[in-house]
Amino acid sequence: MAILLLAEHDGVALSEQTARATSAAQKIGGDIHVLVAGGGVSGIAGAAAKLAGVAKVLMADDPSLKNQLSEPLAVLMISLAGNYDTIIAPATATAKSVMPRVAALLDVAQVSEIIEVVSSDTFKRPIYAGNAIQTVQTRDAKRVLTVRAASFPAAEFTNSAPVEIVAAPADPGLSTFVSAALATNIGRPDLTAAKIVVSGGRALGSAEKFKDVILPVAEKLGAAVGASRAAVDSGYAPNDWQVGQTGKIVAPDLYIACGISGAIQHLAGMKDSKIIVAINKDPDAPIFQVADYGLVADLFEVLPEFADALP
Amino acid sequence: MLAIFATSSKSCAKGIERVMKILVPVKRVVDANVKIRVKPDHSGVDLANVKMTMNPFDEISVEEAIRFKEAGKAKEVVVVSIGPGKSEETLRSALAMGADRAILIETEEQLEPLAVAKILKGIASTEKPDLIIVGKQAIDDDCNQTGQMLSALLGWAQATFASKIEVEADRAKITREVDGGLQTVELRLPAVVTSDLRLNEPRYASLPSIMKAKKKPIEKKTSAEFGIDISPRLTILKTEEPESRKAGVRVQSTVELLDKLKSEARVI
Repeated sequence: MAILLLAEHDGVALSEQTARATSAAQKIGGDIHVLVAGGGVSGIAGAAAKLAGVAKVLMADDPSLKNQLSEPLAVLMISLAGNYDTIIAPATATAKSVMPRVAALLDVAQVSEIIEVVSSDTFKRPIYAGNAIQTVQTRDAKRVLTVRAASFPAAEFTNSAPVEIVAAPADPGLSTFVSAALATNIGRPDLTAAKIVVSGGRALGSAEKFKDVILPVAEKLGAAVGASRAAVDSGYAPNDWQVGQTGKIVAPDLYIACGISGAIQHLAGMKDSKIIVAINKDPDAPIFQVADYGLVADLFEVLPEFADALP
Repeated sequence: MLAIFATSSKSCAKGIERVMKILVPVKRVVDANVKIRVKPDHSGVDLANVKMTMNPFDEISVEEAIRFKEAGKAKEVVVVSIGPGKSEETLRSALAMGADRAILIETEEQLEPLAVAKILKGIASTEKPDLIIVGKQAIDDDCNQTGQMLSALLGWAQATFASKIEVEADRAKITREVDGGLQTVELRLPAVVTSDLRLNEPRYASLPSIMKAKKKPIEKKTSAEFGIDISPRLTILKTEEPESRKAGVRVQSTVELLDKLKSEARVI
């Protein structure tokens, strides 16, 4: 049977994580239908239609879906679920919120954050902050899955699948959107899709120093900016920059950890990066155990030198 | 009993303001600082003689509930744990933090989030809380499902990843940590909220409160009493160590680092 894939977007553009979840769906096998739900999303639906391997895009364009609140989104997905035996989405904040709702309403288990498709009903997923990998098989009639996007390559945009309009069911009216304080990363690539990530830790000491020292390097490299939990907790960086077990999971080509000690929960969010660089004053910092290149030095000296040396 | 009576009379004096009953599920998990080991036969994670503690996100949920009570916005905080008999220790920790009473659903089975949500729904139908605060995920299975599933089964509003909860009358305003920053939503109560890291910093229980907690009631039930199917839907075929990363080389200078990244790793 077919696969329903919930597209991730911010109301403006399709997230690259959707393309990555598409390649996970391809491994499962079956017709892939991408659901684009939101308000004013025809452009996003058009982008989704280009994804290789997609048979059809379903567009639910309705003001009640504008903020992608979980309750109306779940009702929409349940209204479509009968036609699918797999419902899948990249593990973003939106999908993490709505997918378990969908699973519960279908009375099936959810397999969270799969990192490998072993077969159409068997998946690998990390547990204990990635310190163990479990292989699980679902026995339910329908499978609800979230995908750790960093573990899959992005499907290419070479297709032109048809876009079909689906009706949004009535909003259950349980919650309402009040406001959003978003886009702290404006002008920089998305953290979960960036080829290079420059991350700062507690050693930065203040929000000002974080900006002064980390941002110039990130800008020169065209990199996204990340932060450790300690840096976010201390108010040096906004919450959506957090990389780790409970923050964002990234796997860029190059991850530069600056003044980050390397707590287990941080490593869980970045240890699948291709090349890891650690810059830290403490030669015994655990981050050096996973770093391809380690530099024991004061980041306040190294990073400006680094930025100056870049074109 | 006396304490409950005293606070509810205070609520009368406050007029129409809602004084909530808050339910907080807590899970006993391996302590976050323990480096876990996978069993050599790949049958699971070795939990023998490992330090166990309350799931950190649940601790945050308990703290938040207690703060509502201290602010006069909650009349009772009930904690519930579903797990082995030793979960009683976890409940005692929550009682020592300030929860009023506890419910233990004893089971030796490893329940999946859907089964846990179904049992919690059963508890919610008798306890009738106004707010259920659930940790956003347990740090053992990292599922991040239970709160959302519970909310769906109850047909209640939900807000995940809360970094701020404000309650006025029959509405709760929740600030959520989402991928692009922060989002604020308003929920109609009763509702399920899942707590994120920055909701609060949980207190340490004082010695007198630990002593006092020993006398607080823990009601014991079994999962069978709920008459629901809690059999697993997933089969765990194998548990493995992740591929390990080897430490690479130390470079001596910024110049050397740049050179390695350009000519050796070819990533910049």
